[in-house]
Amino acid sequence: MTVATADVEDLRAAVEADGAIAFDGLHLERGDEGYVLETPDGDWCGLDEAALRDALETIGEYVTNWRYWQETVGGEGTARRAFLRWCERAPIADGELEDAAGSGDHPHVPDDGETLSVPARYELLRDGLDREWGEICVTARLVESDAGEEPAGERVYDLWHVDDADTDLAALEVYDDPRDAREIATYDADDRYRPLKTAPTLVSGWAFTGLSGGELVETIEFFYPATIANWHRELRGELDVDHWLETAERQSGIYDVIDELPREAVDWMAEACCVDSQCLRRREWQYEEGGELDPDGGDGPFPCREPCSLVVAAARKWTVLESEEERTYELELTTSELNQLTELIDAVAEGRTDEIREADVYDGANRYRARYLRAKRFDEDDSLAAREVDE
Amino acid sequence: MQALVIAAHGSHLNPDASDPTYAHADAVRETGAFDEVREAFWKEEPHFREVIRTLESDEVFVVPLFISEGYFTEQVIPRELRLEEWDPDLWDSDGTDASQVTLEATDVDKTIHYCGPTGTHDAMTDVIVQRAESVTDDPDVGEGVGLAVVGHGTERNENSAKAIEYHTERIRERDRFDEAKALFMDEEPEVDDVTDYFESDDVVVVPLFVADGYHTQEDIPEDMDLTENYRLGWDVPAEVDGHRIWYAGAVGTEELMAEVILERAADAGADVGDARDVIQDAATTAGPDGDRGPNPGAEAGD
Repeated sequence: MTVATADVEDLRAAVEADGAIAFDGLHLERGDEGYVLETPDGDWCGLDEAALRDALETIGEYVTNWRYWQETVGGEGTARRAFLRWCERAPIADGELEDAAGSGDHPHVPDDGETLSVPARYELLRDGLDREWGEICVTARLVESDAGEEPAGERVYDLWHVDDADTDLAALEVYDDPRDAREIATYDADDRYRPLKTAPTLVSGWAFTGLSGGELVETIEFFYPATIANWHRELRGELDVDHWLETAERQSGIYDVIDELPREAVDWMAEACCVDSQCLRRREWQYEEGGELDPDGGDGPFPCREPCSLVVAAARKWTVLESEEERTYELELTTSELNQLTELIDAVAEGRTDEIREADVYDGANRYRARYLRAKRFDEDDSLAAREVDE
Repeated sequence: MQALVIAAHGSHLNPDASDPTYAHADAVRETGAFDEVREAFWKEEPHFREVIRTLESDEVFVVPLFISEGYFTEQVIPRELRLEEWDPDLWDSDGTDASQVTLEATDVDKTIHYCGPTGTHDAMTDVIVQRAESVTDDPDVGEGVGLAVVGHGTERNENSAKAIEYHTERIRERDRFDEAKALFMDEEPEVDDVTDYFESDDVVVVPLFVADGYHTQEDIPEDMDLTENYRLGWDVPAEVDGHRIWYAGAVGTEELMAEVILERAADAGADVGDARDVIQDAATTAGPDGDRGPNPGAEAGD
């Protein structure tokens, strides 16, 4: 990889300004007897300007890596920069090279949390380095060296649905404007509205290619709003969690009532809404500080720091429903019909009704079975013929 | 760096509710006036609660895409943005005067300029007039024509009607239309009886709503007898009781709304350069055949 004159000049200017550079394994400083240069693979000292240039030529990847992160990406301390570094398995905080693994000679598939050295990253970036962000696969890759305008070491990013990882690009709808993600994220595969962006129902069949780092983050922001910001906070141990009671007590207007939802009903609500099958976020909020909810928060990749607006809206309904007194009813059912009610509730709760085949009358939630039950057991008011039992 | 946040209601049920927010945000994005432009919602994502933390800019201008001062602009948005020093008195408004207040959001180290809603800005009057021009396809519309500005109206919030009456009065003062009236869905004078309130043969009806939805595309057209069933659509203009009613749909979908958003941010100190001119040029030259012109009635209910 050829090192551009401009990169060398920028490096020298940075050394002049800061006294020394230490970045992703590249150390450069100006000593009394010339420049001192060091990487994990070698070191030089007493370099004059010409010797420094020659030495930098031999470690071009470190130089272009420095240029990409310091000049193109910038934004030190930002979630955007941290996310882009995560994308290529760079140590997220600059200078944390001691954790980085991989020699570069034989790049291996790294473990999920593993970070890589500059040569190891470059080796993988040439073919494209994949990471998964929810249902999205992000590929970071080096721009082809003969692409022309872009400086050496420039990265671009592609993304598509994880289900499309093995699909030929020609079979996908290809986009390059981050805003197109909004339309894709709005409807599920059945063309129904997705009010919850982190529902695990993102459609496949699309790809964004050749995005800059800024565009990648913008695209992710449209697919999964605020996930990068909260992930970054969690990473730094700064995730601010608002538990159920804080959130509920803050509400006003028609949602003012939700802090009256009984304690155990909050458990049922979390079990209904805030599980992996319904949302890619991992629930970090509890009933209150020190008061954990029974259901597990899930394994979702994005931290959920407070009940979302869907949960708040649903909680209002449940608060009203839970304010009703329980009563005892009597109704005539066969044992199989009682079991069928269970199957119906379960099928709806799991969103399984569309999968039940028309002729599968062995499934209690089959449409004809449900229609038969209705025909047999509903009264003239179109409801179950049940009698309230006096206590 | 400066960022613009357009704060809107959004919907859990209707995917079109956020369309105007996205359209105006995109129009502002294309001017390049802000380093970052972000949509934020009460019922969609990013939620008001999370939006500020997604920005890198130190200066954030929050413009509520709401019609009137009231519950959302005075309680919900500032609370959800964690503007703890917020107090409605800081706006020093009697219902239509809110401009901006500068505060800190407690979860981020940023300066938040919390602006008054788009609906009460003086520039909104121009958007209503522009709407009349685009729905009639007549840049000189006015002579021999009555203009009805329609609001929801509610007994719960007196400011809701104030915004409607404010713009109606400003339009009346311009003496451009033969008549200008404020009408409401839920209070007198009611939009149902629109023809009773006008002598002009032609009446342009502009609902002061942010987005097209149930009220603007179902309720109001049926209440005005433009159509028996909103699903069948309606003509523009439609004949009702000897009047020709030019029904425009929600004014919030008008392209010029993006300029009102910029005006709000500029009033709060944002450097918007010539972005307002860019938007105005685009909005006034696009006309009804432009990409984002008003929806013809035939499409109503789609």
